Amino acid sequence: MKLIIAIIQPHKLEAVKKALEDVDVNLMTVTNVLGQGRQKGYTEIYRGAKEAGGLLSKVRLDIAVNEGFVEQTITAINKGARTGDVGDGKIFIVDLHECIRISSGERGGNAIG
Amino acid sequence: MNSGDTAWVITSTALVLLMTIPGLAFFYGGLVRRKNVLSILMQCFIIMCIISLQWVLFGYSLAFGPSFHGIIGNFDWAGLKGVGAAPNAAYAATIPHSVFMIFQCMFAVITPALIIGAFAERMKFSAFLIFTILWATFVYNPIAHWVWGTGGWLRNLGVLDFAGGVVVHTSSGISALVIALLLGKREGYKRQPFRPHNLPFTVLGAALLWFGWFGFNAGSALAADGIAANAFIATHVAAAAAGLTWALVEWKQNGAPTILGVCTGAVAGLATITPVCGFVNPMNAIFIGALAAVFCYIAIAVIKTKLGYDDALDAFGVHGVGGIWGTIAVGLFAEKAVNATGANGLFFGDTYQLLVQLMMVVVVSAFVAVMTWILFKVVDAAIGMRVEEEQEFIGLDLTQQSEAAYTVIE
Repeated sequence: MKLIIAIIQPHKLEAVKKALEDVDVNLMTVTNVLGQGRQKGYTEIYRGAKEAGGLLSKVRLDIAVNEGFVEQTITAINKGARTGDVGDGKIFIVDLHECIRISSGERGGNAIG
Repeated sequence: MNSGDTAWVITSTALVLLMTIPGLAFFYGGLVRRKNVLSILMQCFIIMCIISLQWVLFGYSLAFGPSFHGIIGNFDWAGLKGVGAAPNAAYAATIPHSVFMIFQCMFAVITPALIIGAFAERMKFSAFLIFTILWATFVYNPIAHWVWGTGGWLRNLGVLDFAGGVVVHTSSGISALVIALLLGKREGYKRQPFRPHNLPFTVLGAALLWFGWFGFNAGSALAADGIAANAFIATHVAAAAAGLTWALVEWKQNGAPTILGVCTGAVAGLATITPVCGFVNPMNAIFIGALAAVFCYIAIAVIKTKLGYDDALDAFGVHGVGGIWGTIAVGLFAEKAVNATGANGLFFGDTYQLLVQLMMVVVVSAFVAVMTWILFKVVDAAIGMRVEEEQEFIGLDLTQQSEAAYTVIE
């Protein structure tokens, strides 16, 4: 099992969600996050005072999948989120030790989907 | 007695209440960090409670009661004794004396509330309460008497302050500067970002201030007449000119016009036109308002940054600078063609008014600075003015009031 963490542009969420549903990945957790990458943040100005280093709005998706779904999930996220410019975001993949469905008590691969 | 005048001044009284709560409360509340927003709303709200009571118990008598050598009113009208439905011709011949009293009450309330901007995010609540009552009694009440009270020594010299450029804005602005210097900077000032936590609140507050200011300025005619109409129009166009000018200045300086800038400019224009709106024609009001934005912008974005004092929400930069410029503008632009009971300023052939206006600014500023310094030192020695560093990091909402404005998790 893998946990796929994707940081994407907020306005790409709908496209990514659609692409994931097309490959039968339907379960995800979505959060609003702030961050900065190579493009750095904005500078804000309040009554003439500059406040540098403002972070950019991003959306984070947490998706747990069984091994057989990893590649198609990555492909779907790339398809939905890529514009080719800096700021498109990143995908992180980490090993997932266990998964438990709270309602039934099922564990492992059966609990993921 | 005139029912039209009475109705207008009663209505104006309610409009001026709206300036403090929720107008100023939200204007300031949006500018602080989220951990301190309730402290601002609380300070504005509780000032409405305590100063209203101080006013009817003895403040009104000190400010407007029978004069003790032009310095201060006596206690003859304490507890509103003799302040009833019969008009007091020396103040307003066509409305009940009680209506004049309650209209003036709202001015006494908003003046110390304006100072909140200077000490925002770091003042101990108990110290704030005591300081505010002392300030109203020993600073606001005497100044109101000097400038507006029958027998007041500045009034006898012929100074003009239509709706409070000196009494309200200069006094609160100078006091704000002194407190900002004495209290010191907020922890982390200039080392970490201080972003307004909710600019829509600030915009809402500024819009309510603009709306309420019609009562403040046009209501100060104390009649529903041509002077009130002139004050209304002058107020409106000065705010419009100042809001636009601020946006253009920062567009040129910083590359973008901001809504905070437009709101700040509009409020600066409103503060500035306050003493002069009943004496100038609307075209000159536009000019006065536009210059108000330039002066206040320089004070806030250039001078404050250079000197490094932490007037957190620019109470001095907006109300002090605007109030002083407006008071001087009376001596330049006032014309008897607009208001026969006023005077002619320098540009209409008379230098006396300008001299007496300048003298008033200097004398009142010096008095306010000294008195604020004394009251601050007294309260600071007694109970301490500033919260502990740890409390400041946690925020005043939780440490002073045991409540939080926003929930993150339900």
